[in-house]
Amino acid sequence: MTSLATPEPTSGPRRRRTTKLRRRQTRLAWLLLLPSLAVVAFVAIYPLGKTVYQSFTDQEFLQLEPTRWVGLENYRELWHDTVFRNSVWKTVEFTLITVGFEFALGLAIALVVNSSFKGRGVMRAVMLVPWAIPTVVAAQMWKWMLDDTFGVVNDAGTRLHILSHSHAWISDPSTALAAVCAVDIWKTTPFVALLLLAGLQVIPGDLYEAADVDGASQLAQFWYITLPLLAPAILVTLIFRTLDALRVFDVFYVFFGNRLDTQTMAIYNQDTIVGTGHVGYGAAISVAIFLIIAVFVVIYVTFMRVTED
Amino acid sequence: MSTASETARPVTRPISRGRAFRRSRLGRVLLRSPFYFLVALIFIYALFPFLWALRSAFTPDNALFSTPLQYFPRHPTFDNFRAAFEASFFRHALINSTIVAGSVTLLSLAVGSLAAYALGRFRFRGRSFVMYLMLSMTIFPPIAILGALYTLLSGFHIIGFVRFPHLYDTRWALVFTYLIFTLPFTVWVLTSFMRALPRDLEEAAYVDGATPMQVFFKVLLPLIAPGLVTTGLLAFIAAWNEYLFALSFIQSPDNYTVPIAITSFVGKSGSAFQQPWGVIMAATIIVTLPLIAAVLILQRRILAGLTAGAVKG
Amino acid sequence: MVALLVSMSVASAGTERTGATSLSAKAAITAPKVPNAAALKAKYGGQSITFIGDSVGGGHTRDTALASRFSKDTGIKVKVVPHPTASDASYSQLARVFTSHGSSFDVAMIDVVWPGAFAPYLVDLKPKLGAQARLHAAGIVANDTVEGHLVAMPWFGDFGILYYRTDLLKKYGYSSPPKTWTQLFAMAKKIQDGEKASNAQFSGLVFQGNSYEGLTCDALEWIASSGGGQFIDGGKVTINNPKAAAILDLFRKNIGVTTPRGVTSYQEGEAHTAFVTGNAAFMRNWPYAYSIAADPKQSKVVGKFSVTTLPSGPGGHPVGTVGGWQLAVNKYSKHQDAAIEFVRYMTSPAVEKFDAITNTNVPTIPSVAKDPAVVKANPYLKPQIATVARVTRPARYLGTHYNEGSKDIYQGISQILNGKPAKDVLPTIQAQLDRIVK
Repeated sequence: MTSLATPEPTSGPRRRRTTKLRRRQTRLAWLLLLPSLAVVAFVAIYPLGKTVYQSFTDQEFLQLEPTRWVGLENYRELWHDTVFRNSVWKTVEFTLITVGFEFALGLAIALVVNSSFKGRGVMRAVMLVPWAIPTVVAAQMWKWMLDDTFGVVNDAGTRLHILSHSHAWISDPSTALAAVCAVDIWKTTPFVALLLLAGLQVIPGDLYEAADVDGASQLAQFWYITLPLLAPAILVTLIFRTLDALRVFDVFYVFFGNRLDTQTMAIYNQDTIVGTGHVGYGAAISVAIFLIIAVFVVIYVTFMRVTED
Repeated sequence: MSTASETARPVTRPISRGRAFRRSRLGRVLLRSPFYFLVALIFIYALFPFLWALRSAFTPDNALFSTPLQYFPRHPTFDNFRAAFEASFFRHALINSTIVAGSVTLLSLAVGSLAAYALGRFRFRGRSFVMYLMLSMTIFPPIAILGALYTLLSGFHIIGFVRFPHLYDTRWALVFTYLIFTLPFTVWVLTSFMRALPRDLEEAAYVDGATPMQVFFKVLLPLIAPGLVTTGLLAFIAAWNEYLFALSFIQSPDNYTVPIAITSFVGKSGSAFQQPWGVIMAATIIVTLPLIAAVLILQRRILAGLTAGAVKG
Repeated sequence: MVALLVSMSVASAGTERTGATSLSAKAAITAPKVPNAAALKAKYGGQSITFIGDSVGGGHTRDTALASRFSKDTGIKVKVVPHPTASDASYSQLARVFTSHGSSFDVAMIDVVWPGAFAPYLVDLKPKLGAQARLHAAGIVANDTVEGHLVAMPWFGDFGILYYRTDLLKKYGYSSPPKTWTQLFAMAKKIQDGEKASNAQFSGLVFQGNSYEGLTCDALEWIASSGGGQFIDGGKVTINNPKAAAILDLFRKNIGVTTPRGVTSYQEGEAHTAFVTGNAAFMRNWPYAYSIAADPKQSKVVGKFSVTTLPSGPGGHPVGTVGGWQLAVNKYSKHQDAAIEFVRYMTSPAVEKFDAITNTNVPTIPSVAKDPAVVKANPYLKPQIATVARVTRPARYLGTHYNEGSKDIYQGISQILNGKPAKDVLPTIQAQLDRIVK
């Protein structure tokens, strides 16, 4: 019984045998992928395909006339849409801030929890609390906490003399983004921390022991052992965090509703499809969002490929 | 598996003064105090809103937003918890959410780990394409595919008399649609774990005559245990807290899931404008505490059990 | 026997924490019997219809009580499905069924600004219910009539009113509530300055200032009461006029001065919370807030407040924006006639009186609104308030584009409240609305 999983095909005399191996390998691989692909086919292909098709039409939510094909008209209009452009910048700004902070904080928390100290089991559970609360509830909770009349943040802040007076964090355009970032960071750092923690836990402990014996400092160990071995986990975490941040909706909606200066791509998209009912134009926006996010994915993936080699 | 520490023995060398201090009792405490300070800060940042929710859950309505702010309710009450439990749609929601989130998680882990095995341990043409196909499923804004999903779930005619089942207003609608975001995530994370595993264990197993599926179940799965637990947990919570699809595909109050139920509480006035904040907070506590407790108990157990098996290997 | 069943279901609703105290106290009032029940039973008995009604809670309880009574009397089975609490989710749900020509519901509760959007999908009720419609407030009936078709029957109404603190007015030497907006702001300033000494969180005025549909309602009142029109008048967009600019600038200058700075994020909930916790002297809100402010378990201002019509501007008169819900019949329903009879029952004077007393809903039938028992349960229905001129949002002119038009309005006004002068914003809103109306 020949082994099926020798992944490195070698050239030379074993070529023919390897090709047969490769074919069995490939067949097994596709078999293993079948359930996933079935899900993709049913759940994704039809809706995605329909959206792309809709983006070339003038379909309206509650329309009476039949839908017409308009080709690239929606995309042309989208190109000149300043509201959409502003929403893209806003979303990217939000993404850079939150992913940056969440990564730094998440890594710190993961490192802390991974090291042995009393109470780290409790810490692991406590870490999950923000992530466990439903986003809509958490957003509303923070909205009350940040309120300039009833909010505990202003109340405690002024009492402890950290703040000079009550701020209307949400209403004031200059603090609005900071407020929503603070909430998102609070909510999703556990996600990052947990993933990085899982990555840390598969790094064999003996590597650190050997480094200790060799006299390497904590910093050196972190730089030369931890980071490289954690790299794949970091990249996957960053990809998914970025994806989620670029599609942020709930927190912004609860805080700001449809305010012009704080629209994200997802809010503009939702409002176009459901609120104003321009389904065709909204589909074009969805495709645009998809492409913008794809750009980020390409950046990450190129980086990943570079580090792998 | 031989380790470096078994072969190397600590060499006695004169230690520097700095090192001696770092190892001394006082040194350890001092060095660790920024550490403990950090830990304390993290605790406060993560927990404070939850504690505030706890305080609000026990506060009667007329003291919730009264000024000056009451940090501890002067007349704590169980009324909010009682109101939450008395709502039949909330009780049903707890059950519905558990079933939906549990099913989605198990499905994702099962299907996803198989896919991760293929994508992480095999080389074949189309591997990257499949990875990106999965990812692209997740990139599309949910609102864009809502309409199409609704059509699908209402019993869509695919070809001839092959119809998609009418799943609207059932739990299965959610189990099915939640896979859109749990599956790609699970596949990607588990694939990265699979890829990072060394070859030796696998090859040793093959030499011993194991089949690929045996290698999968006995060797690889235990090794990526932390990945399974983590993705399972995150997928569970993501499915538990999902709002848009649950709002759009569920109609009857008996089929509500937790996020919908929590936002459906109506205040004493009966008006939709009044959010009974105390009751909502009580419901949130009811929903979050068991989750945390489960994590506390299960996480340590599962991790301990599976990793122990791997090391013995 | 039926009365006992219904009163029990109404009483048990008390534990659902919604309109609780008033419900249990009024449990003695039972759902009214269906007139003409025998004839209906003969004709439609055995049919089943689905009604998408009020959200879970007191509203849903009331709906089921009425539906059971109707079913019992006429043999027409009515399945009651609560709509989502969020208004836009409710809109999408209905829209999706309409556009797919679905018949999954027969009767639905629709918001006062939706008849224009849904008109093509609704049954014309004029032939069968036209006579009953004449009992209802003319303005709302006009709102529900699209191109001559009565696409929905008024069910309950809502209108904006001014809440004020009677004790504070007395303390600072005012004998009556303000009649003009300038008076309001002057009084608010004086009271706020006085009260801030002991209560740092006190503000003069709170209203709905967030960037959402509620702002369109509030702004309509400010502008219409100042002689600035109703956004769109007679098919022409009129929002860009000096009177509208003046009142909007007046509000802009008062944000953070006599109102909390955060009022531009307030919806109904934040506004009523500020008032009932004793942190505001004046509040603009819908009548629902009355029962909250009068409940000692929820309010700190019991006995210290009253309501009146909103102030007006120079050259204008007090108005209240119309809110509330209508009942409509799905064009694709398989049981249109039975559904129409259900609507007839629900919008009859007897049921509106039942609604008004048990759920403190504002009746849309003026004669019911004058009924002493109803006025007793709803003090804001005192004649001097209830007869205030009603203004409607321009749903009739914007039709299926109402959401878009309203968004242009509230996003623009939100910018004004947050600091941009009105003259810089109004022309843009005018242009946007012109594009839609043309």
